[in-house]
Amino acid sequence: MKDPVLTVEGLEVRFQGAAGEIPAVQGASFSVHRGEVLCIVGESGCGKSITSLSVMGLLPGSAEAEGHIRFDGRDLLRLNREEIRQIRGNDISMIFQEPMTSLNPVFTVGFQLMEPLVVHRNLSKKQAFEEAVRLLERVGIPDPGRRMEQYPHELSGGMRQRVMIAIALSCEPKLLIADEPTTALDVTIQAQILELILKLKEDTGMSVILITHDMGVVAETADRVLVMYAGKVVEEADVRTLFEDPKHPYTKGLLRSMPNVDDDTYTLEAIPGTLPKPGEIQQGCPFHPRCPEAMDRCREENPRVFTHRPGHMSRCWLAEEEDQDHAGESVG
Amino acid sequence: MAGLIVRRLFQLIPLLLGISFIVFISLHLAPGDPASMIGGPTATREDLASIREDLGLNDPLFTQYFRYISGVVQGDLGYSYQTKQSVTEAIMIRFPNTFNLAIASIIVATVIGVGAGMISAIKQNTSLDALSTIGALAGISIPNFWLGSVLILLFAVNWQWFPAAGVTQPPWTLQGMKELILPAITLGTGSAALIARMTRSAVLEVIRQDYIRTARAKGVKEKSVILLHCMRNAMIPVITVIGLNFGFLLGGTIITEQVFAINGVGRLMIQAIANRDYTMVQGAVLLVATLFVLVNLLVDILYALIDPRIRYE
Repeated sequence: MKDPVLTVEGLEVRFQGAAGEIPAVQGASFSVHRGEVLCIVGESGCGKSITSLSVMGLLPGSAEAEGHIRFDGRDLLRLNREEIRQIRGNDISMIFQEPMTSLNPVFTVGFQLMEPLVVHRNLSKKQAFEEAVRLLERVGIPDPGRRMEQYPHELSGGMRQRVMIAIALSCEPKLLIADEPTTALDVTIQAQILELILKLKEDTGMSVILITHDMGVVAETADRVLVMYAGKVVEEADVRTLFEDPKHPYTKGLLRSMPNVDDDTYTLEAIPGTLPKPGEIQQGCPFHPRCPEAMDRCREENPRVFTHRPGHMSRCWLAEEEDQDHAGESVG
Repeated sequence: MAGLIVRRLFQLIPLLLGISFIVFISLHLAPGDPASMIGGPTATREDLASIREDLGLNDPLFTQYFRYISGVVQGDLGYSYQTKQSVTEAIMIRFPNTFNLAIASIIVATVIGVGAGMISAIKQNTSLDALSTIGALAGISIPNFWLGSVLILLFAVNWQWFPAAGVTQPPWTLQGMKELILPAITLGTGSAALIARMTRSAVLEVIRQDYIRTARAKGVKEKSVILLHCMRNAMIPVITVIGLNFGFLLGGTIITEQVFAINGVGRLMIQAIANRDYTMVQGAVLLVATLFVLVNLLVDILYALIDPRIRYE
């Protein structure tokens, strides 16, 4: 396997609330390899966005992160503000869910696109302008010279997301984090944007963390998949294994809740119940109240991570018999 | 942009006509008789009648208003009932003092208000924030005349850093600035407090926006995130408050001018009201109202400059 670009080990994120500490991410560990697309999947509130914001050092002030996030030989959680700022938008970039509100309404597209070029690459205004036009062309925006002078409200949602991608790619990052980049877009535009991200990944060799709740997007784009539930990674596998041989009942549920138009006999199933509320103390596996396969043990003991084969892990008692790696991390 | 300005300028015409009419009517409806003020306690009935006849006070109100307004459009605000002096001239002599005071006050208010509001928002829920909130509350609550007297007592009488009263030099000279500082602080404090509160809530609103997160994700320095990305958006509501307050300050100079013995339009207005000097009061009020409306126009233009979305509406 190629070298990891980013390695997250035992990431814990907690929010300080009025009612005490609320855990948002609990012991997440994973790595992203060079040129790979890692999809993080899960329902809203499962901790996938918080995980990515931890990597960017953009957690809100009330949050506290522990563990290790290694990138380029450095632990991002131990860098000071200035050091992490120099990495943001330069080595690691991020695009967000809402293209309509992610661009500053009072500055031109050109200004916002030139900013990282001036900040990180010390380009002159003129050089930055030329580079920005080239970037807009690259993300498929017609008439880039004119677009440079326009304001975000003059662009459609798809166009704005293309601008966001151009901004994210401006300094040729090693890692791009895309947090639900297509959720707010029309279906036809969604496909175009995903295609664009994949094409740019091929061209530049960067790695991508794609956060989504859409298993269709996962099937289209991922090399490897991380399934998160209630702040924990519950399954990790390469995309083919995950779709063909899912181990965790939650992953199975996600796959069953995906529409399938090719199969007439297919019935769409929803996962019953909802995510536990953040901060709700629960005994046993956090998924057991919604799990069709829950056993007595699931209600009492939180499962540790079991390895099915190299690269395929799940956090479910059902997997215990198949466990190949008994030295797996134990979880409290 | 030019279209917006021209459109707004045309809208001013009916507005100013309306203001002049309201001022005219309310003064004539107010109790008190200018003729008896002019004639004095010894004037006979016949004297008063002849004074009224001379001033045209016996004509129907609409005739009087029409006579007045046709003068106004030619720049003639009439003559003082009391001193027979030209109202335009009397106002123009005093107006620079009032205008300079209002400008100095709004500068003081903006610098203190925006600065304190910004710090208070960035350091939300810290002791700095609490200090700024208490300061703002005090600023709004303290009456002008009291603050002015205390400032004179401390800085003019006790320490003699600044002159106690009067404006004798233009504001761009050192002496002129010294003369303006205490009145400007006195007049500007209340506005500073309002501007600080508005800035705080605007910054807190903007700082939560997605585009601020985008700016940070780009690796923009925190200073630019706040001063450029955040403040440019937060200034939109703040400018409204600054504009409105400038209007209030123009009117609010009355008390401050009195406290600091500044020969401005405010003092002129007080004397004119006491003497039932209709034309003088009308002229002064019309001037302040016109300025108020013009400042609001300026605010609208600034909006459009700051926020591109407004330019196209």
